[in-house]
Amino acid sequence: MAGYGFLSLWLFGFFALTAGPMLASLYLSFTRYNLFGSPEWIGLGNYQLLLSDPQFRQAVKVTVTYVLVGTPVKLAAALAVAMLLNNNRRGQGFYRSVFYAPSLIGASVSIAIVWRAMFIDNGIVDRIGSGAGLDWGGWIGNPSLIMPMFVLLTAWQFGAPMVIFLAGLKQVPADLYEAAAVDGAGPWRTFRSITVPMLSPVIFFNLLLEAVHAFQVFGSAYIISNGTGGPAGSSLFYTLYLYQRGFQDFRMGYASALAWVLLVVVGLLTFVMFRTSNAWVHYGGDEK
Amino acid sequence: MVDVRPGYRRRLGSLGWHLLTLAIAAVVLYPGLWMLLSAFKPTNQIVGSVNLVPVNPTLDNFRTALDGIAGVSFWRFFGNSMLLAVGSVIGTVFSASITAYAFARIDFPGRRIWFALMIGTLLLPFHVVIIPQYIVFNQLGLVDTMVPLLIGKFLAAEAFFVFLMVQFMRGLPRELDEAAFLDGAGHLRIFTSITLPLMKPVLATSSIFAFIWSWNDFFGPLLYLKNSDLYPLPVALRLFVDQTSTSDYGAQMAMAVLALAPVIIFFLVFQRYLIGGVATTGLKG
Repeated sequence: MAGYGFLSLWLFGFFALTAGPMLASLYLSFTRYNLFGSPEWIGLGNYQLLLSDPQFRQAVKVTVTYVLVGTPVKLAAALAVAMLLNNNRRGQGFYRSVFYAPSLIGASVSIAIVWRAMFIDNGIVDRIGSGAGLDWGGWIGNPSLIMPMFVLLTAWQFGAPMVIFLAGLKQVPADLYEAAAVDGAGPWRTFRSITVPMLSPVIFFNLLLEAVHAFQVFGSAYIISNGTGGPAGSSLFYTLYLYQRGFQDFRMGYASALAWVLLVVVGLLTFVMFRTSNAWVHYGGDEK
Repeated sequence: MVDVRPGYRRRLGSLGWHLLTLAIAAVVLYPGLWMLLSAFKPTNQIVGSVNLVPVNPTLDNFRTALDGIAGVSFWRFFGNSMLLAVGSVIGTVFSASITAYAFARIDFPGRRIWFALMIGTLLLPFHVVIIPQYIVFNQLGLVDTMVPLLIGKFLAAEAFFVFLMVQFMRGLPRELDEAAFLDGAGHLRIFTSITLPLMKPVLATSSIFAFIWSWNDFFGPLLYLKNSDLYPLPVALRLFVDQTSTSDYGAQMAMAVLALAPVIIFFLVFQRYLIGGVATTGLKG
């Protein structure tokens, strides 16, 4: 059949690279396996170990904080700037490009190195802080300032969701705003009663995608902490911990259990968001 | 807030708007500008100084960076990155366009289920597949080759591209297909002589994204490549930072600039395609 003929590459990839490995990692998560010999079945052993593993708890704390703080900050910046750009002034295309650029390079090793050099002890951010009379010190070595640094790094990449918000804003019918203006609605009221509801499918899309991606941040955490997750575990992102257990200690079973916990959490998040979305996401009647 | 509201618009004013957006642009551009200018400074001017502009600009950092690391020259790393990126572009354009055609243009039983699964992989944390993948590639003796990094590209494993192309194809008039079909053309013929030529814009967008993502990829090469002769730039850059002892920031910045240069050039030339591609994925999901 032609359909399956055209689909065969993807189908093969789906089973060989996605579905098969998923089942394999589920199986491995119930075993002890170090790449040599064969996996040894230990039932729920890995999962029980997780519960009493302080580093696992630390990794969850770091990652959840990052998702809960970084994602809303990034999306708020994205929406605010998108609304600012949603007009016909000159230079709009230029600004849109400038704001989008960090999204493209933000996850690169180059940017992580720049970020580290900027936020290190006696670096530019420290200097600016001293100049303003603030005793910041280096943010990299400070367990309580390294998370704000990662939040700034992700917020700086607000361009991708901003482009999506901007495309959404352009589809909001202008007569709705005209009607609101005639009714004497203020900016906040207009924002709440027109912009947010009309934009809700796009807000939903951005929120889901950014949150799911935030759970998986790796490269910048690895580079900035030099693979350690330090200081004092304050940048021990979940995927970094998974990498340490799986590919530095070769505890493949334990790392698989970590991966499945991540999958279940992301799956639950997606499910809950879709379930609750009916209450606040408004899809227009004129679906084309 | 929105330009349709005349009262608000008057208050904000054109000048105020430009000042505000320019200020945001300055903040957004600052880290990149700082990186570029720092690459021309001696290290002692980078840390411990607030000057943005180098006092005595030097090219020494670039000389150090181009010397490479661990006996491997910079251009070798560059070539490895280029090989991976070009391979990714070819694989992605080839496999994602064929897959997207199946989803967007052919009616077959099970299509909706497969499409839902394909979209599902867009949200799937890849960590859940990476361990078994690594074990299999290890057993096949393919660790320390570029095969594990490229094979997924040839099997349309990145759902983003399939999704992007499906969105685009849905906008193409179906009448063309139907006319060709009546003339006796099969799907392969319709795909190659009608659909593909019309898909040029989305193929361009996908190629640019595939190139840049592969160029910036760190996790895959970190995992699969052990031999420094095979390193692409991100992994080489990390090695460079490790071995220059954290102190030579000048050379690190120069290397970071060199590693990003192709991406920046691509962005400057093709920004329209990139931004258009991102905007498309968020709408009509």
